[in-house]
Amino acid sequence: MTLANPGPGGRFGEFGGRFVPETLVPACVELEEAFTQAWVDPVFQTELGTLLSEYAGRPSPVTECPTLSEELGLRLLLKREDLNHTGSHKINNVLGQGLLARRMGRKRLLAETGAGQHGVATATAAALLGMDCCVYMGEVDVRRQELNVFRMRLLGAEVRTATSGSRTLKDAINEAMRDWVATVESSYYCLGSVMGPHPYPLMVRTFQEVIGTEARQQCQDLLGGVPDVVCASVGGGSNAIGIFSGFADSDSELVGVEPAGGAAVGRGVPGVVHGSTSYLMQDEFGQVLEAESISAGLDYPGVGPEHSYLAATGRARYESVTDTEVVEAFQLLSRTEGIIPALEPAHALAWVSRERNALSGRSVLLNLSGRGDKDVGQMMEILA
Amino acid sequence: MSGPGAVETTLRERRDSGGRVLVPYVTGGLGGDWTATVQAAAAAGADAIEIGIPFSDPVMDGPTIQEANDRALSTGATPSGILDRLRGLDVGVPLVVMTYYNIAFRAGLKRFAAALAGSGVSGCILPDLPLEEVGPWADAADATGVETILLAAPTTPDERLPLICERSRGFVYGVGLLGVTGVRDELASSACTIADRLKAVTDRPVLVGVGVGTPEQAVEVSDHADGVVVGSAIVQRMLDGAGPEGVGALVSEFREALDYAF
Ligand SMILES: Cc1ncc(COP(=O)(O)O)c(C=O)c1O
Repeated sequence: MTLANPGPGGRFGEFGGRFVPETLVPACVELEEAFTQAWVDPVFQTELGTLLSEYAGRPSPVTECPTLSEELGLRLLLKREDLNHTGSHKINNVLGQGLLARRMGRKRLLAETGAGQHGVATATAAALLGMDCCVYMGEVDVRRQELNVFRMRLLGAEVRTATSGSRTLKDAINEAMRDWVATVESSYYCLGSVMGPHPYPLMVRTFQEVIGTEARQQCQDLLGGVPDVVCASVGGGSNAIGIFSGFADSDSELVGVEPAGGAAVGRGVPGVVHGSTSYLMQDEFGQVLEAESISAGLDYPGVGPEHSYLAATGRARYESVTDTEVVEAFQLLSRTEGIIPALEPAHALAWVSRERNALSGRSVLLNLSGRGDKDVGQMMEILA
Repeated sequence: MSGPGAVETTLRERRDSGGRVLVPYVTGGLGGDWTATVQAAAAAGADAIEIGIPFSDPVMDGPTIQEANDRALSTGATPSGILDRLRGLDVGVPLVVMTYYNIAFRAGLKRFAAALAGSGVSGCILPDLPLEEVGPWADAADATGVETILLAAPTTPDERLPLICERSRGFVYGVGLLGVTGVRDELASSACTIADRLKAVTDRPVLVGVGVGTPEQAVEVSDHADGVVVGSAIVQRMLDGAGPEGVGALVSEFREALDYAF
C-alpha cells in the first residue's frame, strides 16, 4: 500500500471526517470495526479474491494502443477495467462491501448511482449474495442512462427516482442517506466512491487498490518501470484513487481529470457535505452548486476527501475537460482502437489528447474505468 | 463556562413550574411574512423558537421541510439575510437557529457564531455535526454565548448518551424515530424510549422532535420528555399559506393541549 492511511477520525490532512446525523454515527463505528476485522481475516480475503477472479474476471489486462499512441505522439496504455463483469471498476468495491454486509448480517443493500454503473454492480452483488437491493438515481440520470435502469431491474433491484434538487448524483446521495437514516438497523449503505463519512473513503479505496496493484506489476512487465503519467477521471474519485494507489510512492505524475462543469478540486473550496470535508462547488453562503456534465458518473459538485488532500499536498494534480472534448475522445478511442469507452474515462483521454504536445514521447497509463455500452443511446442523440 | 444561557434558563423555568416545553420550528425566509410568523408563534405560547436557515442538501429533512427550503432558496433567502431580519426582532422568547454545518463552515465558525449572537440568536442546532466533530464549532459558539444543542438518536448506545448530554447546551434534542423530519400518523414508541433514556442520565431539559406532529402526540411524548420540538406540522401550515395567524392558531393548539395535560 502506498497511499497513507487517514489519521484519527478519518482525516486526510484537513479533509475527511464523519459529518453525519447522530442516528448514523453508531453504524459508521460498527462498519469501521467490521471492515478492519474483515480485511485482516484470511477467510474474507479468500472469499473476495475468489469472487474477483472467478466472478468479476480479474485481473484486468493492460492494453497497449499502437494506433492511437502514434496519432498522439506518446505511448498510451489502458488499464482495462471496462472488461470487468458489469462493465466497470465499480464491481471491485461492491463485491467487497457486499461480502462485508453479509458478514454484518444485513439483508438489504442500499446505494446511490449516477451513471448507473455502481447501481448495476450493487444490484449484481445483491443478486449473487441473495440480498434485497434499493438504488436511488436522479431523474435526469434515469433518463440518460435508461439501459442501466433496465439492467438493475432485471437483476431484481428496486430503482427509486430522486426528484429533488438537480435530480442527479448529488440528489441520489441525499435520498440514499435519508433512506439510511430510516433503515440503518437493517440496511447496509453500499457507497459507490471514495467519499462519505469515515470509514467509506478508506474502505472503498482499499477495495479499489487492486487496480493499482495489478497495474504496477503490469507496467513493470511492459515498460520495465512505472509510466511517466498515470491519469484517471474523477467523479467521487474511486477509480482514480485505485490506480493512483499503485504509483503514489513512485515518480509517476498523477493526474485526475474532472469535468469542467463538476470540477470540485478545480473550482471548489473546502466544504462539508455527504459526510466529509472536501473541496466542494458552493456559493458564498455554503449552498452546494449544481454540477453540469455530459457524464452522469462525474456530474457531482464534490469529490472524495483524499483527492482534496492529494491536491493540497501536490502529490496529484487535477485538470478539467469540456463536454465537447469528451465527445471527441469517445469517438477517437472507438475509431482508433476498437474500444468504446464510457463517458467517464473518456474525460481522461480527452485530457491526454488535448495535452498531447506536453505529453509527447512519454508513457501514459490511463484507467479505462468502464465501457461505453451504457452511453451509446445518449451519444446517438448527441451525434445525430 | 458561565451559567446556563437564555435557552436553558427559559426551558428550565417552564419545566420547574411543572409545565412542558413547546418549541415550534419556522423556516427562515419562507414567504415575506415569516418574521410575523415567528412573532405569532411566540405570542401563541412557544417557549423558544427554532429558525431554520435553508440549506441546499438537507439530509435529515423529509419532503415538507425540503420543499420549504427549496421555496425559500428560490426566492433568494440567504443566511445573512435571515439573520439580518432576526436582529432587533424582539419576540420575548429565545431563538435557536437550525441549519447544516456547511453554512457555518463556509462563513467561518467564529464569524458565524458572532453573527448568531449579534442577531440575538441564543442557540444553534447542526444535525450533521455529531459529538466527535462538534469541538471547533462548539468552542466558537461557547465563546460567544451561543448554546450548541446536540442530538441523541434511538441508535445512540447507552454509554454515549451522557457524553452528548454533557457537551450539549440549552437542552438535549432526542430524535423521536429512525428517519427524517416529517409528520407521522402515530407517535413512534422510540420517541418515549429516547426521552426516558435521556432523562435517566441528565438534568438538562430533554425535548423530543422529529415525528411529533399533532397536539396528541406532543402530549403523549411529554409524559416522558420535558417537551417537544414541532417542525414539519408548522412548516406545512406555512407552505399551505396559512400565514402568521394560521400558524399562531396551530401553536396555540399545541400549547393548550400541553397545558391541559400537565
Ligand atoms: C465507468 C465509470 N468511471 C468513473 C466513474 C466515476 O466514479 P469514480 O470517480 O468514483 O471512479 C463512474 C461512475 O459512475 C463510472 O461509471
